[in-house]
Amino acid sequence: MIRACTLLALALLPFSAPGARAGGLDVPIAGGKFESVLPPSPEVKVAVIPAFRMDTALVSNADFAAFVRKHAEWRRDSVAGLFADKGYLRHWASPTDPGKEVAAQPVTQVSWFAASAYCEARGARLPRWYEWELAAAASATAPDARDDPEWRQQILEWYSRSARGALPAAGASPANYFGVRDLHGVVWEWVEDAGSMLVSGDSREQGDPNRNRFCGSGAIDVEQKENYAMLMRIAMLSSMKASYSSNSMGFRCANDAGAQR
Amino acid sequence: MIGRGTLFTRAGLPLLLALMSLPLSATERNASLYQMHEKLLNQDGKAIDLDVYRGRKVLVTLFYGSCPATCPLIIDTLRAIEKKVDDAQRQDLRVLLVSLDPERDTPAALRQLADSRRIDTTRWTLAHADAAAVRLIAAALGVQYRKLPDGQFSHSTIISALDADGTIVVQSAELGHADPVILQAISAK
Repeated sequence: MIRACTLLALALLPFSAPGARAGGLDVPIAGGKFESVLPPSPEVKVAVIPAFRMDTALVSNADFAAFVRKHAEWRRDSVAGLFADKGYLRHWASPTDPGKEVAAQPVTQVSWFAASAYCEARGARLPRWYEWELAAAASATAPDARDDPEWRQQILEWYSRSARGALPAAGASPANYFGVRDLHGVVWEWVEDAGSMLVSGDSREQGDPNRNRFCGSGAIDVEQKENYAMLMRIAMLSSMKASYSSNSMGFRCANDAGAQR
Repeated sequence: MIGRGTLFTRAGLPLLLALMSLPLSATERNASLYQMHEKLLNQDGKAIDLDVYRGRKVLVTLFYGSCPATCPLIIDTLRAIEKKVDDAQRQDLRVLLVSLDPERDTPAALRQLADSRRIDTTRWTLAHADAAAVRLIAAALGVQYRKLPDGQFSHSTIISALDADGTIVVQSAELGHADPVILQAISAK
């Protein structure tokens, strides 16, 4: 029943929100208790996630170009080095035009700062890791398919596929249970709390990770070590500084469920 | 052929170089932290910007007041650094401690901490920032942090030395003593 409603909402989407971005913050996700690969603390294993909304499709080059044309400080030829490295939007035809071939593809080569600014300009924010992980736990038919061996296998196949070849268009992959697309098998995605993973290389630097470098209870242990796909994402996110860009890192936006749209 | 070459060297090359230098000089890869416009409150409740100490050498780090062990050590480490530099350099040096904990580290709480640790707030600032500002500042400083369910924060302890323009010169994760790389950055011209 829930799924039928979601599909109905998706079918109405182009008509219900004139001027809104396709693949936008249309689908509310209930949230709730969630067992993450990254528990809140060694003592608290279950995260409580408030209801949220998430873009149903990744942000495309065309979407990001519209933002850059309005906010010149985020053009690749004017952005500050503090906020973006030299790879920032390097693949675009010009500072304001991605070029026809990539316009519909998910935007990549964007820093965390730039992705955050894009979402802020839309009155939204980046998804938090728990929100992203919860949305990504769904298969086409179940909200949490992480214990389904078939689903796991499918995900692993996605992740083991060669990264060569053009990216599919943003929003082109099938919708999951929540109506969200592109969560697996397309690109890595920035999250708001990318700087909160605390399992980065630097915690492995000098022997005991808890010594000196961390105040509080130190580096967080990860759970569900068989959940490779999620652990790979966490490893990727914690290896990226906020100014870094990569041709395999994109993003989508999210918001609190009750936020104004 | 000669004509083309002449044109190229006489007009084309300088023009080309000028054009090439445009995007370079426009970006300059400006890495100054002072391009951030996040608002802070100091320990006296006064609104300040991140560039409150623009023009000086600054040590900046993130901490939180209720931290049981490492954060007192951060203050001790900053003091150890100050002890190792000569009087003139110390007079010129500034310290900015930004709290990760907007809920508990109100300006009043920070003032109390400054008094109890006998911090000279003419040269040191303990700053409150809201959660969004903390996230951006931490990202710019490369500090990882995470709020834990018990209200504590798990965070990497990095002291950054900024030049007069707010660019990070060097960073240190060493606590408990004055890291020579920080001392070098302070004594450099």
